[in-house]
Amino acid sequence: MIKTKKLEFSYDNQEFFKFHDINLKKKENLLIIGKSGVGKTTLLHLLAGLLKSSSGSIELCGKNITSLSSDKLDKFRKNNIGIVFQRPHFVNSLTVKENLQLAQYIANKKNNFRIESVLKNLNIFDKAHNKTNSLSQGEKQRASIAMAIINSPKLILADEPSSSLDDENCTRVIKLLKKQAREFEAQLIVITHDSRLKKHFEKSIEL
Amino acid sequence: MNNNLKGIDMVVGAKGSPLQLILSSVYHVDSPTGNISYKEADEISKNKMVGSSIKLLYGDNYKGFRIVGAEKKYIQLYGAVFKKGNEWNKPFEVVVGSKVSKELKINLGDEFVSSHGLRENGESHDHKSFKVVGLLESSNSVIDQLIITSPTSVWNIHDDHDHLDDDEHQHNEKEITAMLIKFKSPMNIIQFPRLINEKTNLQAAVPSYEISRLFKLFGFGIETLSYLAYIIIIVSGFSLFINLFNSMNDRKYEMALIRTLGGSRLQLSKMIIFESLILTISGFLLGLLFSRLGVILVSSFMEESINYDLNSFNILTDEYWLLILSVLIGLVASLIPVIQVYKMNISKILSDE
Repeated sequence: MIKTKKLEFSYDNQEFFKFHDINLKKKENLLIIGKSGVGKTTLLHLLAGLLKSSSGSIELCGKNITSLSSDKLDKFRKNNIGIVFQRPHFVNSLTVKENLQLAQYIANKKNNFRIESVLKNLNIFDKAHNKTNSLSQGEKQRASIAMAIINSPKLILADEPSSSLDDENCTRVIKLLKKQAREFEAQLIVITHDSRLKKHFEKSIEL
Repeated sequence: MNNNLKGIDMVVGAKGSPLQLILSSVYHVDSPTGNISYKEADEISKNKMVGSSIKLLYGDNYKGFRIVGAEKKYIQLYGAVFKKGNEWNKPFEVVVGSKVSKELKINLGDEFVSSHGLRENGESHDHKSFKVVGLLESSNSVIDQLIITSPTSVWNIHDDHDHLDDDEHQHNEKEITAMLIKFKSPMNIIQFPRLINEKTNLQAAVPSYEISRLFKLFGFGIETLSYLAYIIIIVSGFSLFINLFNSMNDRKYEMALIRTLGGSRLQLSKMIIFESLILTISGFLLGLLFSRLGVILVSSFMEESINYDLNSFNILTDEYWLLILSVLIGLVASLIPVIQVYKMNISKILSDE
């Protein structure tokens, strides 16, 4: 269950964002679509607890995260939220598998079998022992999805997950994200400007 | 070096440089200042202030190792123990130090011919050969690199007329090279050397005084080197700091990523501190390794030229301080990156594409 109420945010009192209320029931996914500059990424960071809202409330998994302290947010995030970033980020000195192991280590959920199955699902199992620098754009995108879902989060937030993928891989990735969400009873919120994704979601908001 | 000074309060020898006298008679690294008359030396040794004395004759060598004619108590002075064999009983019997027997592979019963002078290529004394009757255990002192024999042997080998009898009137014409003296009371060290230097044509030198004078002369160079070392330490501390600082900037995405995965600030800070400590401690260990390699190198040079080796491979107390210092530098250098991690704005870094 995800609920936001009168969410507002401003950068240094200059840029001001006001967001529609979000109301998602269990198992519901959401597409948030909008042009660049309308605060899509800001909304995602608010939902992930990376930014603090200036007013309003965010309720995730029965918790009002706007009232959590920074340390409690870290804990909440590692147990409940997986983020797919617009541009993939990794620890570049490590291999794909080691990056996933790092993510598991932080969340205290060591499980090599899970790494294997996620990488196979995303069709990049043969790159497990490659350094992240050596991956192609598409492979990096998929590896970053693996990072987001490796710890089986309750909420998967994806920021333009399909922007660097062709049609085939775009469909594949969205299906995979939805499948992951279904299997682990997680909810998926995708933020994008890519209208290709519309047909995959029953519920969408335009910013 | 102090091992070699034990039991020697004063050295009497021919006039010349007092430092040279000490270096040649105590450390056996320099040439002797000259010879002195046996009779005069004997008179000094009978003075009531003298506790014990050892007359030394040197000036010959075998393959670069010095042959010293000395009284038998010379061996006890350094606390050397026999590994094999015994002291000499007859002229031309010798006892060899542990390093000599090891390097030249000398064994009991071996015979050799000495050369004149202190270098290997001196004129050899072919007409008489020495016989090894005793091998010493290592005593970590100068005696390890000496060949010791009776004074008579050295007198005889330089005596063209080959008088093998050594009665008292012969001794009166004989000469020795130096005499080591231990006083009855440490108080005598003040007046007795002066007495000899003023009243006789001999020279008296106090080893502890001469050696500290030598170190004072070296002191200037050593001080400069240590200031240089301090500067190097400070500069490396700064460069470590700048390196960590820069690598933090390069890796801010990684840091932000770890935070979004749920890593706490504390975890990240620990990571940075460990990284810095690994760098400084491995730097310390490498430094230790290189310093020992340096010691080995210098020591092998020294051994070649003056048969002295340095054996200080143990960790010095100063080096424990150095370890503490490097750990401190590591901690201080990681301080600012840690503060950066605490102030990091994850959202801004991640959307800063």
